Amino acid sequence: MKGKVTVTINGLIVEVEKGMTILEAAQFLGFPIPTLCHMEGLSPYGACRLCVVEIGEGARAKLVTSCTYPVEEGLKVRTASTRVLRARKMILELLLASCPQSKIIQDLAAAHGVRQQRFRQEHEDCILCGLCVRMCEEQMMAKAIGFRNRGEKRSIGTPFDVHSETCRLCGGCMYVCPACQLRCTYNEPEKAICGGCENLTPPCIEKDPFDDMMCYMTPCVACEQPKN
Amino acid sequence: MKRDGRSYVVAQVDEREVLAVVAKHEAGCGGLIAILEEIQAIYGYLPEQALRQVAQATDRSLVDIYGVSTFYRSFSMQPRGKHRVCVCLGTACHVRGAQSVTEEFEQRLGIQSGETSEDGEFSLETVNCLGACALGPVTVVDGKYVSKVKTSQVRGLLDKARKGYAQSGNGEDKEAFAIAVSCPVCSHSLMDAGFPLDDHPSIHVKVSIDHQEGCLRLSSLYGSGSLASECEIPPGEVAIFRCPHCLAELTGADDCSICQAPMAPMAIVGGGTMHVCLRRGCPGHLLDLQ
Repeated sequence: MKGKVTVTINGLIVEVEKGMTILEAAQFLGFPIPTLCHMEGLSPYGACRLCVVEIGEGARAKLVTSCTYPVEEGLKVRTASTRVLRARKMILELLLASCPQSKIIQDLAAAHGVRQQRFRQEHEDCILCGLCVRMCEEQMMAKAIGFRNRGEKRSIGTPFDVHSETCRLCGGCMYVCPACQLRCTYNEPEKAICGGCENLTPPCIEKDPFDDMMCYMTPCVACEQPKN
Repeated sequence: MKRDGRSYVVAQVDEREVLAVVAKHEAGCGGLIAILEEIQAIYGYLPEQALRQVAQATDRSLVDIYGVSTFYRSFSMQPRGKHRVCVCLGTACHVRGAQSVTEEFEQRLGIQSGETSEDGEFSLETVNCLGACALGPVTVVDGKYVSKVKTSQVRGLLDKARKGYAQSGNGEDKEAFAIAVSCPVCSHSLMDAGFPLDDHPSIHVKVSIDHQEGCLRLSSLYGSGSLASECEIPPGEVAIFRCPHCLAELTGADDCSICQAPMAPMAIVGGGTMHVCLRRGCPGHLLDLQ
C-alpha cells in the first residue's frame, strides 16, 4: 500500500507519501494551514472548516477540508489563494460570533486580519469541534463524553449530565479544547489567567455598549467597528 | 416535562424486560435504534435506568446510546402523558395553518408544545415533517394520522383521544372512506341506501354464477371486504357482475394483479374508476381516481 504520489502544492511539485492528508503533506512541507479540530493521534473530523484549501483548477476548483482529504496523484492544491483566505476569514468571523472568549480563536482572527464581527454575538464556550470527544475515546479509552442532541441544541457532555463512571478526571478534554482553554476572564480580572489586558486600557471599556467585546484583538475590534 | 418524579409517569424499569428486548435484536450497531424503539413502546419514554442496562447488555458505551436517543426527535427522555399529540410544523403544513392548530392545542390543553398536561393525560409535541405534505396540516393523535386539521377539529380530536381510539369503530376511522359508484354503461347509480353495509349505502350489482343469479351487495367502504349475496358463491369461484339497471355485464377491466381473475369496472361518482376482482375472497381491487 505504501508508495509515493506526486502533488502540486502552491505550485511546488513534490512527492509525498500515499495515504497522507493534504494537511499533513502541507505541514510537512512547511506551508501553514490553521486548524482547530485537528490533532495528531486523533482521527480527522473536519468540524472547524478552518483548514480549507482549494483543489483543482479553473471552474472545477473547489474548497475542501485538508484534514480529511487524502492526497492523490496529480492533485493541485492551493493553501492560501484569495478564495481560501476569504473563506477562512468568514469562518473565523463566525467562530468569533459564537465563542468570543477563546484566546486561540482571537489570535487566529487577528492573524488573519479579521477586523470586525458582523453577526449576532453569542457567548458559547464550545465550537463543537469534537476534539475532546475524540481525545476521550481514542487516547484515553474512556468514552465518558460525547455529542448530545442535535441542531442548535447540540452539545458535548456526559450522559444525563451526571458524572460518568468511565471518566478518570484526566483533564485531557480540557487540555485539547481550543475554545475554553485560557479563557479570557476580563470581566472577572481576579480570575484572569494572563491578565494582559489589565495593563492596557482599551478605549472600548469606557463606552457602555462594548462590555461584551473581546480585548485580545489587535487592533481592538470595538474601536475599529463600533456596534450600532 | 416539568413535573417529573410523579409516581404515575416515572416508569418502573424491569431489568428482565429490557434484557429480553436486547436479546431479540442483533448485537451489531444496527440493532440499537430497534432496541430503543421497543423500550419506548414499553415505557412510553426511555428511562435512564433502561439505557444503562442496554449499554451494559450490548457492551456499548452509554455515551453512544445517549447520543442516539437524544438525536432523534421520536425518542423521549422524559415521561410522557397517556395520549400523545404530535403536530407537524413542516413547511407545507405551516403555510396551511399548522401554527394556529398548535396554538389551539396549547390553549385547549393549557400547556406549551413539548410539555405534558398536569393530569398526565396529554403530551403535545411538534415535528418538522411527517412526510405527508399533501395532506397538511397533519396531526398524529395516539399514532393515528389526521389530515387537513382545522382548529375547529381540535376539540373533537382531544375528546376522541380521551375516549380512546381503540374503542371507536371503523366508521370513525379517518383512513377508511366510502365510495359512491355508478354503472359504467348506463351511468345509473349502483348505490343502495336501503341496504347499508358498514353503516354506509352498499353497492348493488347482479351476480351470476353457475346459472344462478341473484343480488349482491358490496360494502362501499374502501378496503372493507364485507358483502351480502342472495346466491351462494363458493370461495375461489369467479362470478359475473351485471348492472341491475341495464343488465350489462361489468367487464373490460384489466385482470386482477393478485389472482389473475377478471375484474369488474365501476365508475366512481366524481371521476375515476374502481376495479373489483371477481374471484370470491380475493382482496384485489384497484382505485383509479381522476
